[in-house]
This record gives sequence, structure tokens and C-alpha cells, in this order.
Amino acid sequence: MAYSDKVLDHYNHPRNVGSLDKNDPNVGTGMVGAPECGDVMKLQVKVNPETGIIEDARFKTFGCGSAIASSSLATEWLRGKTVDEALEIKNTDIVNELSLPPVKIHCSVLAEDAIKAAIGDYKKKSSAAVASDQGAVRVQ
Amino acid sequence: MKLPIYLDNHATTPVDPRVFEAMRPYFVEVFGNAASRNHSFGWQAEEAVEKGRKQVASIIGATAKEIVFTSGATESNNLAIKGVAQMYAEKGNHIITAATEHKAVLDTCKHLEKEGARVTYLAVQANGLVDLDQLRAAMTDKTILVSIMYANNEIGVLQPVAEIGKLCKERGILFHTDATQAVGKVPVDVIKDNVDLLSISAHKMYGPKGVGALYVRRRSPRVQLTAQMDGGGHERGMRSGTLNVTGIVGLGEACALAQVGMAEEGKRMAYLRDKLKDRLLAALDEVYINGTMEHRLPNNLNISFAYVEGESLLMGINEIAVSSGSACTSATLEPSYVLKALGAGDDLAHSSIRFGIGRFNTEEEVDYVTAKVIDVVKKLRELSPLYEMHKEGIDLTKVQWTAH
Repeated sequence: MAYSDKVLDHYNHPRNVGSLDKNDPNVGTGMVGAPECGDVMKLQVKVNPETGIIEDARFKTFGCGSAIASSSLATEWLRGKTVDEALEIKNTDIVNELSLPPVKIHCSVLAEDAIKAAIGDYKKKSSAAVASDQGAVRVQ
Repeated sequence: MKLPIYLDNHATTPVDPRVFEAMRPYFVEVFGNAASRNHSFGWQAEEAVEKGRKQVASIIGATAKEIVFTSGATESNNLAIKGVAQMYAEKGNHIITAATEHKAVLDTCKHLEKEGARVTYLAVQANGLVDLDQLRAAMTDKTILVSIMYANNEIGVLQPVAEIGKLCKERGILFHTDATQAVGKVPVDVIKDNVDLLSISAHKMYGPKGVGALYVRRRSPRVQLTAQMDGGGHERGMRSGTLNVTGIVGLGEACALAQVGMAEEGKRMAYLRDKLKDRLLAALDEVYINGTMEHRLPNNLNISFAYVEGESLLMGINEIAVSSGSACTSATLEPSYVLKALGAGDDLAHSSIRFGIGRFNTEEEVDYVTAKVIDVVKKLRELSPLYEMHKEGIDLTKVQWTAH
């Protein structure tokens, strides 16, 4: 199978590889996929709690070149977006940007799932933090 | 050294230039139909075919009359299995084969199941080999055929063919072996191994594509087959169709060359393969060899690089032609059924690479490949969330994955 130039570029020069501290309250972590299915994506966002803007995004992916490219691209797109804007990224945007063939569409779906999981994790953490803050206020 | 490097010699091999030279006159100058009995054009073609038949017979310890030429091993497997099932239908309808056979055997058996045959697909042990006790236990009075391959096309393991042949002979069951990967690589002897039917392909042994042979035993027992191709009654009625004279000349020459050079070539293959294996194992952790090293083709290495997905690895070594058992390299998105049959787990199947070293590979090429693979595996592991988790001491089998 021939890869598009953009997939090759992301594979050869993956952007934003790495891990953020998953215990940081401002970090949301999403891990999707399964080893026996041949792909696992871990995507993390670090959100500025004041502005709601994603200041950092990191990924690690076990999977084919298209899966690596999809998650690498996702981190590029996430940086600078608000949490709500991030949720508007659709797998079809990734398919179009990377010219993924039909057999690789599941890679883009996985990337969208990873974004949603990471944002969801962040939101859960921040609402829990808000709840406990409010609890603290009441105690006072 | 020239790139790309071809290290996928289980898929196919280049035609040996000596084979090509032997074939050359049979395209334009000597073009007769081997079945033309009344002129010199036909006689010359027939002479070439009979020389090829002797050469093929010689490499497996058979006689020339026991060789039926076909279009390749897929046809040979179809003819052997369907031909026996139909010819011996009154004797029984049970066939025994193994889960790791080539699709040309498995799908032929599935076809026969639809027509009422009963097929036992033996599981293999973790080392890739058939368990002889299981085979013995599977045999019934209705068993007419056992079809077990000589050497596996993915993991290169050599089945205990001689023991299987002995078991079959004791029970009066015919024994077919798909020896596509074995002939020309390791010594094969149909008498010593009690083989009744044996499939051969030219293009896996430096011959041309589109030609192969089926060995059909003529004595003790005399094996009969129902033809699968009707027509002019060529090949003693077992395979009609004008003989592929040029291809047969190539197959014959390929057999002759392999037979002469087998011992020396086998040693060279094993040296290169072991060097590749030892260096990979020394440089990388979490590397698993699929299938036993003890009973194996000298030119095969099938190895899983845990926490690295096979297709992404192939992409990183794109100037090296190898195969992966990963789902992503196949149209079906299913990982290799052969590796799954070893019980290694789908994740290791996704991480596997098959190296097939060949006659024309140099040590320099193998060294280049070794260094490149090590480099790319390290790079991909830096990218791998699974390797990171493994390093943190997380048991990946206990993680709740979100299957998709």
C-alpha cells in the first residue's frame, strides 16, 4: 500500500511524542484501542484552567503508520484550541488531511476517540476539583 | 550493495540466471507441443519435458513416472486432496490436516466439507509442530487422507514428516505433504518418509512462476486420483492441458541446481539467519521467536518485536522487503492465523516479521537489515505506549482495553 506524503511525514517526524504527568489536575489522558486489535493510542492534553485553552498535547501510539500519523496530527490540531473546540475535531477531518484510504479509516476513528477520551478525562477531573472546592467552601 | 533488499524468499524467489538460460531456447526456437507425436518439434519438446521430469523426481527420491506437472503448488494441493477424496469416497470421507497449513490446503478441505467430507484440523503445539499422539487419536476407519505440510511458509518449522508417514502407512491412510517451502532447501525423500503425494512449486526454489508438480506414488500403494481438469488426458489422465514445456524445463533445472548445492547453500543460509537472529536478540529486549528453532528451514526467521506493530515496522524499513503477520498488511485485518495457532496471542502476531533469506542475499545485506531493524524497533518503542507501560511494570494482560 502506498502512503500519502503527509502520513510519511508524520511517521518519519512524529510531532509531540511523549507523556505528561497523568496525576496533574490540568492534564487529561485518553487511552483507546487494544493490543490484540493492533493499535493503542495514548493522547494527553494539558489545559490552562484559567482560559480553557489546550497548551500542550502529547501522544504515544502502538499501531500502523496511519495510526501514528493520525495521533501525531491530532496533537498538532489540539494545541491552542479550547476544550470545546477540540471536541469538534472529526475523524473525517483527519481522513481528508492525511488522505487515508478506506482500509485505514479506523485509525482516524481511533484518534477522534482518543481526543474525546482525553478531554473527557480532563473535564471529569476539573469538575471533581470544582465539586471538592465547593465542598470546602461549605465546610468553611 | 543495492537497495531495496529482497528478504522475502518464502513469498517467491528470483529465477536463477542458470535456470533462465536453460529455459531460453524453449520460448522461440523449441516451441513444440510435447503431445505432438509425429514430428520433431513435438519430440524435442517431449524430450525436454522428460528430462525435467527426471530432475524433479531425483530431488525427492521418486521415479519420473510418479511426477505430474501442474501450474504450481496450489493446483497440486487441490489435485491431491480433491483427487483422493473423490477417488476413495467409497473407502471413507475423513481427512486430517493441521490448523497451520497453507490456504491452498485449508480452503480445499473446507470446500470438501461442503460436499460432505469430514475434516479434522489438528491444533499445533506452541513450537508449531503437530502432536503425533493427537494425530494418531484423530485417525479413524473412515480416514482416507492425512495432509500435513513439510515446512511452514510463515514460521519455517519442519513437521515430523517421517513419523507422520510411518503412522499413515501403518493405518493404510494416504499421506499428502505440501512441500512447497521444503524442496530444494532441505533433503526430501518420499521413500524414507513414506509420502504418497507431495506438492512442489518452482518459484519458491529459483524457478519460474506458474509451474509445479505433484508426486503421486506408483508402488505400495499405487495411488489413484480423480482428475480435476478434463481434456486431452495429459499426464496419465491426471492433469489435462498442454504441458508448459518452458516452465517444466525451468522447474527441472531449478531442482537440479538445488540438489547439487543444497548442503553448502543450507549452511550459508543458516549462518546468515543465525547471525541475524543472534544480533537482534542481543540488541533488543522483549523479542520472541515464533516456532521452534530446532526443526526449521535454514533460511527462515519469524520473530515478534513486542510493543511494536508490524506494519509500522515495515514502514520504517521500507527499503527492505519482508512480510509481517500484522493485520494491517492483509486485506482482512485479521492477524496471521499461523501465529495465532501457536497460542502466542494476537498482540505478538501483530508484532511479527518474517525474514526469508535467499540464494542471492549477501552477508552485507543481512548486516544492513539487522542494523536497520534494530534502529527502527528502538525508535518505535519510544513511540509505543505499551512499551512505556511495560517499563513501568504494568501487566498489559490485566489492563481493561477499549476494544474497537
